[in-house]
Amino acid sequence: MNLTLKIWRQSGPTAPGAIHTYQVGDVSEDMSFLEMLDHLNEDLNEKGEEPVAFDSDCREGICGSCDLMIDGQAHGPEVTTSCQLHMRSFKDGDSITVEPWRADPFPVIKDLIVDRSAFDRIIQSGGYISANTGSAPEANSVPAPRDKAMRAFNVATCIGCGACVAACPNGSASLFLGAKITHLGELPQGQPERWSRVTAMVAQHDAEGFGGCTNIGECTAACPKEIPLDVISQLNKDFRTAVKNGH
Amino acid sequence: MAGSTFHEGLTPLNSAPTQTSDDAHDYYTKGDKIVDAVAPTGPIADRWTTRRFENRLVNPANRRKLTVIIVGTGLAGGAAAATLGEAGYNVKSFCYQDSPRRAHSIAAQGGINAAKNYKEDGDSTFRLFYDTVKGGDYRARESNVYRLAEVSTNIIDQCVAQGVPFARDYGGLLDNRSFGGVQVSRTFYARGQTGQQLLIGAYQAMERQVAAGTVTQYTRHEMLELVVVDGKARGIIARDLVTGEIETHLADVVVLASGGYGNVFFLSTNAMGSNVTAAWRAHRKGAYMANPCYTQIHPTCIPVSGEHQSKLTLMSESLRNDGRIWVPKNRDDCDKDPRDIPEEDRDYYLERIYPSFGNLVPRDIASRQAKNVCDEGRGVGPLVGDFRRGVYLDFTDAIARYGKAGVEEKYDNLFDMYERITGENPYEVPMRIYPAVHYVMGGLWVDYHLQSNLPGLFVTGEANFSDHGANRLGASALMQGLADGYFVLPNTIRDFLADGPFPAIDESHPEVVAAQTSVKERVDRFLSIGGTRSADSFHRELGNIMWEYCGMERTEPGLRKAIDMIRELKQAFWSDLKVLGTGDTLNQSLERAGRVADFIELGELMCIDALNRRESCGGHFRGESQTEDGEALRHDEEFAYVAAWEWGGDSLEGGQPVLHKEDLIYTAIEMKQRSYK
Ligand SMILES: Cc1cc2nc3c(=O)[nH]c(=O)nc-3n(C[C@H](O)[C@H](O)[C@H](O)COP(=O)(O)OP(=O)(O)OC[C@H]3O[C@@H](n4cnc5c(N)ncnc54)[C@H](O)[C@@H]3O)c2cc1C
Ligand code: SF4
Ligand code: FES
Repeated sequence: MNLTLKIWRQSGPTAPGAIHTYQVGDVSEDMSFLEMLDHLNEDLNEKGEEPVAFDSDCREGICGSCDLMIDGQAHGPEVTTSCQLHMRSFKDGDSITVEPWRADPFPVIKDLIVDRSAFDRIIQSGGYISANTGSAPEANSVPAPRDKAMRAFNVATCIGCGACVAACPNGSASLFLGAKITHLGELPQGQPERWSRVTAMVAQHDAEGFGGCTNIGECTAACPKEIPLDVISQLNKDFRTAVKNGH
Repeated sequence: MAGSTFHEGLTPLNSAPTQTSDDAHDYYTKGDKIVDAVAPTGPIADRWTTRRFENRLVNPANRRKLTVIIVGTGLAGGAAAATLGEAGYNVKSFCYQDSPRRAHSIAAQGGINAAKNYKEDGDSTFRLFYDTVKGGDYRARESNVYRLAEVSTNIIDQCVAQGVPFARDYGGLLDNRSFGGVQVSRTFYARGQTGQQLLIGAYQAMERQVAAGTVTQYTRHEMLELVVVDGKARGIIARDLVTGEIETHLADVVVLASGGYGNVFFLSTNAMGSNVTAAWRAHRKGAYMANPCYTQIHPTCIPVSGEHQSKLTLMSESLRNDGRIWVPKNRDDCDKDPRDIPEEDRDYYLERIYPSFGNLVPRDIASRQAKNVCDEGRGVGPLVGDFRRGVYLDFTDAIARYGKAGVEEKYDNLFDMYERITGENPYEVPMRIYPAVHYVMGGLWVDYHLQSNLPGLFVTGEANFSDHGANRLGASALMQGLADGYFVLPNTIRDFLADGPFPAIDESHPEVVAAQTSVKERVDRFLSIGGTRSADSFHRELGNIMWEYCGMERTEPGLRKAIDMIRELKQAFWSDLKVLGTGDTLNQSLERAGRVADFIELGELMCIDALNRRESCGGHFRGESQTEDGEALRHDEEFAYVAAWEWGGDSLEGGQPVLHKEDLIYTAIEMKQRSYK
């Protein structure tokens, strides 16, 4: 197929950005969206124009590197990552707009690449279970009820891509935060730090400039791992309890 | 065993090899034997305990005065950073991604082995050790592998304590399953995302140390040179990938945990950024590269669909527990709808040839047989070149047994992923799979302490060579990465650090300045060639050469041809490369150029190593060395050694690598021809 691509180009963090239009031909429906961009980049390189910068690594939907706003939707029209979106979701002659994630705590570095280090800092504030190496008890000495373990697993699948933030009109990272709080809070190992964890992580979330959650639900609709909205209820509930008990 | 210090007092079960063939004689020169890998002596089960005790301690107050650089934040590097940080060392951690959590370990699907014997099915430390050495075709070092099996159980304890959500049964206890190549259930898993969950555990533990101030993380930083002062590794030169700045970081010790180099084949299951640069730069500074030709080809990948493809996607090997592998008996049936091919016209070739292991034979065997049936013209799927390159992985029986819901629960996202990529529904039509490059068993040479031959340079995880021999069994790379990072390195590096802090050096030291300058010059050179071709196009070409001549099957004439082709490619690269943009911003073309330049040199060494090793072994099948019925044939009396190559200069300027051999002498396990029949 032949496509028209409207891509955000920005040479550096402080440079002004603008949409540039490119034509790309010979696109097969088996290509992933990123392979289609590789193909465009080969063309650009040949023409002496600098290729479009975008993030990706695993290209199989698990590392969370890729982050494209495609036609105004985080990761594009399917519920998946940009690298797992295939061109069979588009048709010949389509015009597609590609932009970076937009949120104040995710400043643009170049073209389609943004800085998501705020997520690491949220984890640093308490998104872990303190377990020094070598101090762990025998793994089966603490059974974890299967339903709780299942829920923990289901939300531990968050890949930290940030689509939830990009999709949210308030730029809130509540889904990301809720997923981690729920993952660790469902497991027996996560109980000792449960309350201090949630207050610390919420404080860091706010300090990074992420917005508050007003229950719009765009986050869960955009999430490639289908993290459910109820992790935000869990987050709020744990936060309330923690505050009430003075954590 | 004459000359070897690490088996003293023990009775060797094999004699030292003597190589009689010398296929690669015009490509290399001979160096001294490696006689000491610092392994402890005594009965194998006591060696690690003894050594842990013998290794010197570092007083807690002194630890913060010692700086450790760790390149890589995968399971090996992330776990090491967390553990050394906890211990109180001053750790600097580097990765090229924007967050340590994205390291390639995240992609591992199937699971991690541990000799827990929770199923009471006969597992033990010794059995895991035995299976691993045998599965590696007796080309791994026994002391290292035993230690790996020994600490495997601690890994599961550690990860569970961190909140890794492993699969559990109804009573809330851990579940496990069996994996390719073994007959006990010892693989722990978190659905099809084990690597992700383990890595998140290590990453969170590491971030905790970042908050505590013991670990400083440098993301979007690429190591481009090793700093060696007075023969010791003392730091790295890294490029800040955002600002382009070339930075110097000095330390008391350097750890490379930079992953594997399977991307030398261009198409592989590795992440796009996986590279050999960190290891290769160290190699050029004197570190030996061991067994570089040992590549693992994974049998269950989604077949190639066309020229545009940037990577191959793995379908977890755990699928072989329930899926049955077959091709049509008759070539004429190959383009039919598989559901229309009756049972009697299907060839379940693994079950037929290897009745006791069936679909669970080790990867090298499953891969080679898939290639064989496709080469016979019985492959399925679209024509790629002259052949159909695919075999069926059929879940019809499993669906009948557990229902669709049962299969869904076991393999969830794998089936969806397959459908997204191929556009076919695997619940209705059997999946198609084909082998792809997946993992490398070769890597920098290390001793029992995981130290390379360059003092102060330690190497862990996939970046080193030591534990898997010529073939890696499933679910054992994750085990190795975490064993190295959480338990082995912290106990060996302290013995080295007990002599520190080492004399301070600063950025004006001539060797540091020289390293800085060489990196800057190299960056400028890439930017100024001004040719016509992208780095990617050279990479693709290199990959084709490697797959064709140094892939699943290798022959003497093929390898010779490949070496010539790679040398030509190298010349073309340095004269016709085109990298646009500048060095002082984020420039992905520039990043790739550096990686491809190193891959080209590595590719050449891989071919020389493969040419020298005139035996079939693990993932390496030499056409000249097979049994009458076409199975791989090892030659222990010639090749039971580790090939450790020393950099001998650029081949375009007449340089030749130098081969150092480390004999593999077993005292606890007898070498046998592998048979899965
Ligand atoms: C698809 C897939 C599935 C797999 N499934 C399994 C499985 O089920 N079980 C199993 O046991 N194994 C599996 N493996 C193998 C296993 O995942 C890897 O061998 C292992 O994760 C490697 O870990 P590592 O820590 O050594 O390196 P990696 O996780 O590859 O990490 C490398 C790190 O080094 C950094 N780095 C590299 N070069 C540089 C540089 N020059 N400068 C700075 N940083 C650098 C990277 O940023 C990264 O942080 C699988 C592999 C693949 C590809
Ligand atoms: S919650 Fe979903 S959208 Fe948000 S970071 Fe995690 S995976 Fe991405
Ligand atoms: S590139 Fe890893 S999730 Fe898309």
